[in-house]
Amino acid sequence: MAEGVTAVHEASHPALQHHFENLEQQREAGALGMWVFLVTEIMFFGGMFLAYTLYRSQFPAAFASASNHLDLKLGAINTVVLILSSFTMALAVYSAQVGKQRNLIVCLILTIILGLTFLGIKAVEYHDKYEDSLIPGKLIPGRPFSPGVQEHGAPENKHNLHLLPGATVKNVEMFYWIYFAMTGMHAVHMIIGVGLLSVILFWSWRGKYGPEYHNPVEISGLYWHFVDIVWIFLFPLLYLLGRHLEHM
Amino acid sequence: MKAPETFETPTAARVNYINAEYGVKSWLLTKDHKRIALLYLGSISVFFFIGGLYAMFIRLELLTPQGDLLSSTTYNKVFTQHGIIMIFFFLIPSIPATLGNFLVPLMIGAKDLAFPRINLLSWYIYLLGGVITIWALLAGGVDTGWTFYAPYSTTYSNSYVVLTGVGIFISGFSSILTGLNFVVTIHTMRAPGMTWFRLPLFIWSHYAASLIMILGTPVIAITILLLAFERLAHVGIFDPANGGDPVLFQHLFWFYSHPAVYIMVLPGMGVVSELIANFSRKNIFGYKFVAFSSLAIAVFGFLVWGHHLFVASQSVYAGMIFSFLSFAVAIPSAIKVFNWTATLYKGSISYDTPMLYALGFIGLFTVGGMTGLFLASLAVDVHLSDTYFIVAHFHYIMVGGTLLAYLGGLHYWWPKITGRMYPEGWGRFSALVVFVGFNLTFLPQFVAGYLGMPRRYHAYPPEFQVFNVLSTAGASVLGVGLVIPFIYLLWSMRYGKRAEPNPWHLPGLEWRTSSPPPTENFYATPVVTWEAYEFAPPEEMQVIGRMRGEGLEVADAVIEGE
Repeated sequence: MAEGVTAVHEASHPALQHHFENLEQQREAGALGMWVFLVTEIMFFGGMFLAYTLYRSQFPAAFASASNHLDLKLGAINTVVLILSSFTMALAVYSAQVGKQRNLIVCLILTIILGLTFLGIKAVEYHDKYEDSLIPGKLIPGRPFSPGVQEHGAPENKHNLHLLPGATVKNVEMFYWIYFAMTGMHAVHMIIGVGLLSVILFWSWRGKYGPEYHNPVEISGLYWHFVDIVWIFLFPLLYLLGRHLEHM
Repeated sequence: MKAPETFETPTAARVNYINAEYGVKSWLLTKDHKRIALLYLGSISVFFFIGGLYAMFIRLELLTPQGDLLSSTTYNKVFTQHGIIMIFFFLIPSIPATLGNFLVPLMIGAKDLAFPRINLLSWYIYLLGGVITIWALLAGGVDTGWTFYAPYSTTYSNSYVVLTGVGIFISGFSSILTGLNFVVTIHTMRAPGMTWFRLPLFIWSHYAASLIMILGTPVIAITILLLAFERLAHVGIFDPANGGDPVLFQHLFWFYSHPAVYIMVLPGMGVVSELIANFSRKNIFGYKFVAFSSLAIAVFGFLVWGHHLFVASQSVYAGMIFSFLSFAVAIPSAIKVFNWTATLYKGSISYDTPMLYALGFIGLFTVGGMTGLFLASLAVDVHLSDTYFIVAHFHYIMVGGTLLAYLGGLHYWWPKITGRMYPEGWGRFSALVVFVGFNLTFLPQFVAGYLGMPRRYHAYPPEFQVFNVLSTAGASVLGVGLVIPFIYLLWSMRYGKRAEPNPWHLPGLEWRTSSPPPTENFYATPVVTWEAYEFAPPEEMQVIGRMRGEGLEVADAVIEGE
């Protein structure tokens, strides 16, 4: 760096990066950056939501049949887990803002645990689908997509698909393709989020954040809430829509 | 006229961004937007060269009606790879990642982009995507056309679709990060007094292009990802054999890829706005109209993708709406052309090399835009779809538009970037060669296409030969016209005349620091008290310097006191 330039550098907060005038500008830039990034995320998921909408309206019976085979209980528990994690995340941001160091660390740890719980439950669900041979295509060696179909009058088997009138196994496979693409992409974002919060946790441990500087906590929080909101949309679309058709 | 006061470093401490540090590491790990711009400049030049080689093979094959030089399979790969390399690895990053990267902070009076590390990351991501794509090309290439239409790409093609797709997927994130960085920088890093309507139009057009990068690129990313998985797993949403709909792919693809044309041309329009105003030494005619027309293009640009699907089973009612909207997007583009022309009126025009490119841009972009109206008309498009008319049309926009603007901008800011002047005589000469070569290449293609010559075939009926011979001859001239600047620009980096801080005597902020600028751009944070393109008498041009570290109140007081 040029000497003439360093000479006029202001002495200020250690977290202030050299190209910002002050912490306020840096905070604004960071927050806006995360918001803009979240917009790109909406567009990214948007492509899959479009595909979902198109084929849901094209193959309603198949989508309802496939949707009914998802585990509503686990999905609902996961929704509660994620909403709780958003709550603890919001508390973490608040604790950083008011400088409650211990609360910040506790809340971050709780958020990470809840995030991991979500991923664990998701893994159980994925494994169930694997057991029922519902992984689309031939992605898994030895387990091509070949679900059992419940025949009328045959003994009830919980692994079997209940096909509604008009539904075909081929179109059920389409549902599971979209299901795995969307929830898989969501899970990838959760994993990134847990990684991000672990870094934030490390720096909180070191006492980096306080009332004056807590920007990273805040924007990680934004990201975390966004990933939650994606799930808030995924849950009804994938698990709930068309469930009543089963009993008609 | 007295030169405007500057914020340059005193001569005694003339350390600039190039000589501030030495060594490969100081470049590969740099967070300086100016150095990253040069890294981009080098890498996109390599990709331009590769894409150009493919173009050469296309033109050589089409010299004769028989498919004699390349087999049909090879030819499919050659035009596909020409498209992929030129679009994703040259045109999209061309102006934003080099000139934009270099100039956005300089023009708004900032020390760097808002996220310097993300900026460097974007270059590495771009490079990783590029290397993977090149790897795919070396492994055997891809033959789907740059459009990757399903179900050919998902199921039937025997080429490296997935690997190329991964390359494009990755490089898309570099574009997203660049756009994100620009938007945040323009919002939060403007110098005191640099209000939105004092921004140079280059910034407005980059802002608009960044919006498209942010909103469009994620869609192509997920589309290509789904396509790659569909190809691997033989199940999915695009191939009818899997119960999918190939038209869904086309919708998703063009939802990005049509606006992507505006990612390419909007920054070019920004460059041309600078060149026209500054080489006419006149404020741009209708600043706000030109500024907002950039945003209008970005918004309308997202609503016209359906005009690529007129012949792809799209409902005729949807077609009518898309046709109407495609006509509508011509309005903001026309506003720009009219305002540039009106700016020239009674200006003190000087025909330096950048201005020649800018004038060339206006002409060629107008032809490209007008022929776009043919293609936006439902009935005419049925006749012209998949002919050479389309090829000529989009080359007029992408080459005649973006490439000319890029070359013009590169010459214009070359003294600022390198601290050296390029040789003016050679510059003007090659600008004319490029213009002549370009028209000779692509004008005949309009005629051939109108007469019915289809695109993407390596052989054609003999009656089209005359157009193709002209086109190949033009491509050779164009090639020469592009090699000349390549040589003299490299030459000038060492032997060119040393550039003054403000060789063109212009008011813009980037000209008020030394050439090349210091690492932190300005010795002190500039305070802007003048309008953009204000060629006012010097006594009316107040320039107030402020040493970094003084409070903002001082600056505010000065501005209010005006």
